[in-house]
Amino acid sequence: MKVTRFVARASGASERMAGFMAHLRDNGLPVGVNETVRVLHALTRVDPSSHDEVRLACKAICARSADQYDQFDELFEAYWLNAGRERPGLYSVESRQFSRNTRQAQLPNAGELPGSDGSARVDDVDDGREGDAAQTGEGKLIASGSRNIEKIDLRELMTPESVERAERIASQLAAAMRDRHSRRQRRASRGSRLDLRKVLRASLSTGGEPLQLYRTRRPDRPVNIVALLDVSGSMLVYSRVFLAFLKGLVSHDRRTDAYLFHTSLVRVSDVMRDSDTLRAVNRLSLMAQGFGGGTRIAANLQQFNRQYAAQCVNGRSVVIIFSDGYDTDPPEQMAMALHRLRRRGCRILWLNPLKGWKDYEPVAAGMAAALPHLDLFAAANTLENLAALEPHLHAL
Amino acid sequence: MLQEQLLAQGYVASDELSMALHLSVELGRPLLLEGAAGVGKTEVAKMLAQLRQCQLIRLQCYEGLDASSAIYEWNYQRQLLSVRANQDSSLSVDELEEHLFSEKYLLRRPLLEAISQVEPPVLLIDEVDRADEEFEAYLLELLSDFQISIPEMGTVQALSRPLVVLTSNGSRDLSDALRRRCLYSFVDYPDTRTEMAILQHRVPAIEQRLATQVVGFVQALRREELEKNPGIAETLDWAAALMGLGVVDLAADPQVLQASLVCLLKTQADRAAIPTEVAQRLSGSLA
Repeated sequence: MKVTRFVARASGASERMAGFMAHLRDNGLPVGVNETVRVLHALTRVDPSSHDEVRLACKAICARSADQYDQFDELFEAYWLNAGRERPGLYSVESRQFSRNTRQAQLPNAGELPGSDGSARVDDVDDGREGDAAQTGEGKLIASGSRNIEKIDLRELMTPESVERAERIASQLAAAMRDRHSRRQRRASRGSRLDLRKVLRASLSTGGEPLQLYRTRRPDRPVNIVALLDVSGSMLVYSRVFLAFLKGLVSHDRRTDAYLFHTSLVRVSDVMRDSDTLRAVNRLSLMAQGFGGGTRIAANLQQFNRQYAAQCVNGRSVVIIFSDGYDTDPPEQMAMALHRLRRRGCRILWLNPLKGWKDYEPVAAGMAAALPHLDLFAAANTLENLAALEPHLHAL
Repeated sequence: MLQEQLLAQGYVASDELSMALHLSVELGRPLLLEGAAGVGKTEVAKMLAQLRQCQLIRLQCYEGLDASSAIYEWNYQRQLLSVRANQDSSLSVDELEEHLFSEKYLLRRPLLEAISQVEPPVLLIDEVDRADEEFEAYLLELLSDFQISIPEMGTVQALSRPLVVLTSNGSRDLSDALRRRCLYSFVDYPDTRTEMAILQHRVPAIEQRLATQVVGFVQALRREELEKNPGIAETLDWAAALMGLGVVDLAADPQVLQASLVCLLKTQADRAAIPTEVAQRLSGSLA
């Protein structure tokens, strides 16, 4: 692999390293000036001409968690070894590219994402989308003649407004799910109910006059939401809206966790909290496509069980899986994985965009195996369907 | 270089880990090690202490660990005794107070102990994810400035910078503030080659053939869906047990193999998940 060439202006090692840090930052690693200084210090203590040593040193300093640790090598290669292409200096502006493709402008690092080759991949998103939108005529949709836009299958809904609306619905759903109160009463200074027993007891000291009023209320017991989104080829047409939906779920609460999977599983909670919706969604679309290939739902669930479930799933969790259930792993594996997850005491929701289709039966082996372990299996092919989940979620 | 030194001590470290250790020593930064249980995180600190021939000070974290058992505590009993003893003496109140809150009555707990050594020790803060979040906050001051504030005495500066190694099993997400101050390395289960090397270093008497089988079996076992994956310590135990039982070939006697699995499988469910047939399949596929 050829080493990246740099323009003459970005000559110093420190400047290139600063560029690398910016690259890491753009890809979600929380590195700052401190890390840059540390890396530069470290370079004086290792052999800076050895590619491996520098990589390992940067890795020890910049990665902060197991996820980032996994990601790091690819990011490193992408920056320093991009097949001899020239990397613009820190301050130069790629005005040519900016004017050609506005989405690219929001993604200055599109070309550096592992496995992608620049703008071609970004364009792919559009192509696939249009192609599928054109096919919707043959889809067996339950959408009636009603002109209500929400009833149109999500595949057609790619306008910014609909994406925004998906996000709004998701926030509402998340709020509906989280709004839980314990059945017990706890003393609270501004509670809604009087604590009669306590009031009476206190009244003894004032000769039976209840002068001091004590109150109680039911304390909050919010559920935490864990969302797993299938972004394999078969789900790709829905991915944009679902990603927005996922973002809606995640963005208003620190405890919510989000994951994407196809052939492997990535945790995206932090990317999702990016304040710029469009940038986040674009970044995710790229992340989602970087892998491609089929779906391995069961294997991913197993990995989730192993790696993350201990931390983020407990009796107060609701795990939401967005997937069409087409799995290349054996169905027993799926049943096993869900069973195991279920044993943590969480509720499991499966939202399947295909379920909304007329005559849909969960015959895909994986889906059929999963059914007995689900608390709710619902359609998710229109925004209306998603919005209609609210009462179910209250009941969960 | 560090890697070779560690190897001489009997610890087979990956490139990533040895680089992280090297930088941690060179830059004087704490090192945070994450990874599953039984991959040798704690061992790193022990080996480092051996290598540098310095003291190892260990703080085992647990839920509810507080400052008084981790940093320092006043010796109340002695203070009370001293108050009684000085009742009749002519000491003024101020003098007495000065006397009561002096080093003499201070009980040093691991963290304070670590920074008051002349020779820099290795400080191992084990399973930091088990401690509460409040405790992490105490650590922050120590890890960034290497000082501890004691309200009655003032700030204690470190005499020497200890080499800090933190380990975490990931049972709870550590705060960003803590991660920011540390170098990071993720320690994974070793691959076949590495585990082979570890086994040969630690159990030199083992025969090549048995070693290959043991490592292959354990590696295959880790791919099964177990509740608790066997760590390196378990592999070593098992190899020692097999040698003790006089086994030279895993496939030879299914019953002995099954009986010896107590060294590897530590929960009832895992025992049930690996019945004789599965164990045979795993060992059979190696042959």
